[in-house]
Amino acid sequence: MPNGNSLFFVRALTLAVIALNVSGNFFLDLGMRSEGEIVSFSPLDYLKVFGNFWIILGVCLLAGWLVCQLSLLSWADLTYVLPVTSASYILLAVLGVVSLKEHVSAAHWGGIGLIVLGVIVVGRTRPRTAPGDHDEVP
Amino acid sequence: MKWLLVLVIIVCNTCGDLLDAFGMRQHGHVRDFHPSALRRLLRSLAHNRYVIGGIVFMAIAFFALLSLLSIAPLSFAIPATAGSYILETILAKFVLKEDIHWQRWLGAFLVAGGVAMLSLR
Repeated sequence: MPNGNSLFFVRALTLAVIALNVSGNFFLDLGMRSEGEIVSFSPLDYLKVFGNFWIILGVCLLAGWLVCQLSLLSWADLTYVLPVTSASYILLAVLGVVSLKEHVSAAHWGGIGLIVLGVIVVGRTRPRTAPGDHDEVP
Repeated sequence: MKWLLVLVIIVCNTCGDLLDAFGMRQHGHVRDFHPSALRRLLRSLAHNRYVIGGIVFMAIAFFALLSLLSIAPLSFAIPATAGSYILETILAKFVLKEDIHWQRWLGAFLVAGGVAMLSLR
């Protein structure tokens, strides 16, 4: 069974992953709304959007999300991390209602309910089951 | 075009997550989040080929997501990638050898179903 210390790390990192994912995607969406269509195979076409403040902010928050996500994966299974951090979808939906005044349909509420159930079911399992669990400090 | 981008996002997210999970399992626990420790962590991860490979796949998924966001709303773009939950659970069992109990399967299906429902108008 995981000790209190590892459970603390898993829970703290899970909260950080969710918060950074939601805020990063929100600001990215805000920035992309003002940039128009970009569908291209050339990375150069994407560089010009990095002059947009909201996109830069979104990218910085998502860079923080990546570090926290990698750290969380050092403590917990992928099949634990993915469902538990999907709580970010719930916050994105709430953010859409509160800040963008989006309508939430019955299907949306049903989807939010299923995600909440999924998070609860997986959140009650042991975070790490996989073999090869080393204990190194970076 | 938007469904092609969704496919690219699902495949690249799946490959990226599997490589990152494998790489971080090799690396060991990350406990210290002071700036100097984070610099050491980033230097260490820069030499971990699995994590680097995972980040390359995630970068491709990110640019595909940027494209998708320019032609579709966030409420379509994010939930449309729900299929990756099931694919990643299957691959985590066989590739990462994770011990997936019925709770994990149920959780993956509930979340995938919930995320898919969020994309319904």
